[in-house]
Amino acid sequence: MTDQRPTLSAKERMAIERVAMPEQDPAVRAMNFREVNLGLTRQIAMLEAERCLQCPKPYCIGGCPVSVNIPRFLKLLREGDLPGAADSLLDDNALPCVTGRVCPQENQCEGVCLRAKKGNAVAIGHLERFVADWAQAHPDELTHVKPQPTGRSIAIVGSGPAGLTAAGELAKLGHAVTIFEAFHAAGGVLVYGIPEFRLPKDIVQAEVDRLVAEGVTIVPNSIIGKTYTLPELRDRFDAVFLAVGAGLPVFMDVPGENLKGVYSANEYLTRVNLMGAWNPGSETPVLHGQRVVVVGGGNVAMDAVRTARRLGADEAVIVYRRGRDELPARAEEAHHAEQEGIRFDLLVAPVEVLGDETGWVRALRCIRMELGEPDASGRGRPTPIAGSEFEIACEMVVVAIGTRSNPLLTSTAPDLEVSPYGYITTDQYGMTSMDGVFAGGDIVRGAATVILAMGDGKRAAAAIDRWLATGFAGEPETDEAPAAEPATAEA
Amino acid sequence: MHPIVSTDQLSPNVTRLVLEAPRIAEIRRPGQFVIVRLDEGAERIPLTIADADAAAGTISLIIQSVGASTMDLVALQPGEAIRDVAGPLGRPTDLLDHGHAVCVGGGVGTAVVYPIAQELHRRGVSVTSVIGGRSREWVIMEEELRTAGDVVVCTDDGSYGRHGFVTEALKDLCEAGGIDEVFAVGPVPMMRAVAELTRPYGIKTTVSLNAIMVDGTGMCGGCRVAVDGETKYACVDGPEFDGHTVDFRVLADRLTTYRAFEHESLARHEACLIPRLAIHATTEGAVR
Repeated sequence: MTDQRPTLSAKERMAIERVAMPEQDPAVRAMNFREVNLGLTRQIAMLEAERCLQCPKPYCIGGCPVSVNIPRFLKLLREGDLPGAADSLLDDNALPCVTGRVCPQENQCEGVCLRAKKGNAVAIGHLERFVADWAQAHPDELTHVKPQPTGRSIAIVGSGPAGLTAAGELAKLGHAVTIFEAFHAAGGVLVYGIPEFRLPKDIVQAEVDRLVAEGVTIVPNSIIGKTYTLPELRDRFDAVFLAVGAGLPVFMDVPGENLKGVYSANEYLTRVNLMGAWNPGSETPVLHGQRVVVVGGGNVAMDAVRTARRLGADEAVIVYRRGRDELPARAEEAHHAEQEGIRFDLLVAPVEVLGDETGWVRALRCIRMELGEPDASGRGRPTPIAGSEFEIACEMVVVAIGTRSNPLLTSTAPDLEVSPYGYITTDQYGMTSMDGVFAGGDIVRGAATVILAMGDGKRAAAAIDRWLATGFAGEPETDEAPAAEPATAEA
Repeated sequence: MHPIVSTDQLSPNVTRLVLEAPRIAEIRRPGQFVIVRLDEGAERIPLTIADADAAAGTISLIIQSVGASTMDLVALQPGEAIRDVAGPLGRPTDLLDHGHAVCVGGGVGTAVVYPIAQELHRRGVSVTSVIGGRSREWVIMEEELRTAGDVVVCTDDGSYGRHGFVTEALKDLCEAGGIDEVFAVGPVPMMRAVAELTRPYGIKTTVSLNAIMVDGTGMCGGCRVAVDGETKYACVDGPEFDGHTVDFRVLADRLTTYRAFEHESLARHEACLIPRLAIHATTEGAVR
């Protein structure tokens, strides 16, 4: 059912300009929670796919943490074979609807795309989203292979990106998978953290439903370390994969942090996203500030400040201790935030939260910074400029400067080795110090991205499958399974 | 789903729900709590586990109806169910295994000290409970606490037991001496008064803090409390702390964060419920 289309010459392909993602008007979207990006049409997606040069040695695959065969699905897409493109994509990536929306493509596949060297990369992220959304809307046109049950059972702790990916991969191999989730709903950071306007919750739910339809069991309200211990799970299942994330919020450690109106980004976003407080009829309350300051420069900070804007903040401000070029957020998020009227107070760090006589926040006291010699992260080390303190008047401060490991699980598993910072240590195949217990995602590497966690989930699933079959988690011949490289948490 | 097995009203605004939660019933320990979410769209509410029957697979939750969400919970009837119950959460109480303990309960806090008193008694500790309420109808769980030791009941208006606050009765016990530890759970002013009272006597005093929380696993940081000059999370570091080191002013202040919202939601809720309340007011007792 492929379209009969003329084959373009390389010159013709080079002449096609990169597609722009249609989006809601900034002034309109700053007042609603609907998705900002509207998606491509089939014709435009097929045209954009023509821009791919089908490199004999494609760098994009290596640039992808889950090694999606990008040229393969783009070729099928431009031929109009959407079922083929969808099968190809889903074969490599368990959650393409998610990654097509939240991956930092500019640092990954698109960053190494040959076409980026001479102009603009192929819009791989937008095309991934297009194919994934098509697949979600046309489940009957996909190829379903029912695996032979292996009779082996695997417990996965945490239903965020690492856990869901591992579940999908293991279920595909015929293993019986049970996911334990602490919250009442599955999805982890995809449902409590990333807002509706960037990743609609219906889409995450559809991905979860697809896993359940494939036979994955999800047990909500189960906190491992409380409801069950890790040793208990290890006894009940043939293998365990720990993907609990790095859930503890880091605060600024400045005076005034316990004033009313100071939130961790985790709390603010959980109230709004998971508990639905963006909806005025919600039973879960959230504060609405007219002037909201968000401290931090990553994706979470952008999510928080844009949420505050949508909840009615006239002044929604980012305070970040480095400059515009050093913002760790995805380029698109910072750009969207600027379009929506978010103010960026750059090279500024908080020193104190000031309160009024009733215990509510009235201002954030800050100091200006300058960048010195590069630090361990390669970015200029911010140092305060003496005497430059000033106040930003506000009713709310949201702290989005990172997260750390939660000791809830590890403290009840004495045999599980952790680093001095509480992250779980694994071997190169993702196995922990406990036999048959694997780990991946933020609880191993420190706070990172959705796609890196998914990469860990995919590799761990393969390692678990090998370990169940042979008692050895490594690959039998090549012995070069890449280990999760521990990344430092974003500063 | 967690079906309700039975309900009974303990005071004008305090209700006991017994519900099915077999795993939690099996492993919970005194001092621990659960987070419940009644249904899709409902709030997550932390509630202390007041009692459990491992054989029957049930737990008891004692709920003071103060807002829209708790009013929905106490309106549940046997046969209905709570969608989500997560736990047991929090650190279990550090319990003595000999000596004399005084368990002080104010209002619905009495339900929180009950499992502590029960376990202390089981371990052979001599227990005296001091419980109070505004008047007779507000005193709860006296009978249950009598199974764990002596009980001194105080009412603010003198309508039952001793006339006065629980702190006055506790002061007499402190004067008499021989107390190894005091456990106090109730409204913030009561816990603060108990801590101030026992401080000069040098009696170890443990309080349970009812901070606002969302997840109950350390993830949101909303329940942060100031203890001994440090920020702690009530959900994972507590909920029990040394009462002599808790900054009760910070706790009391943070508890008022959503007061405006609570009033608004209660008003909205009552507006919706008026026809139902009118019918049930006589059978349910006072509905405020």
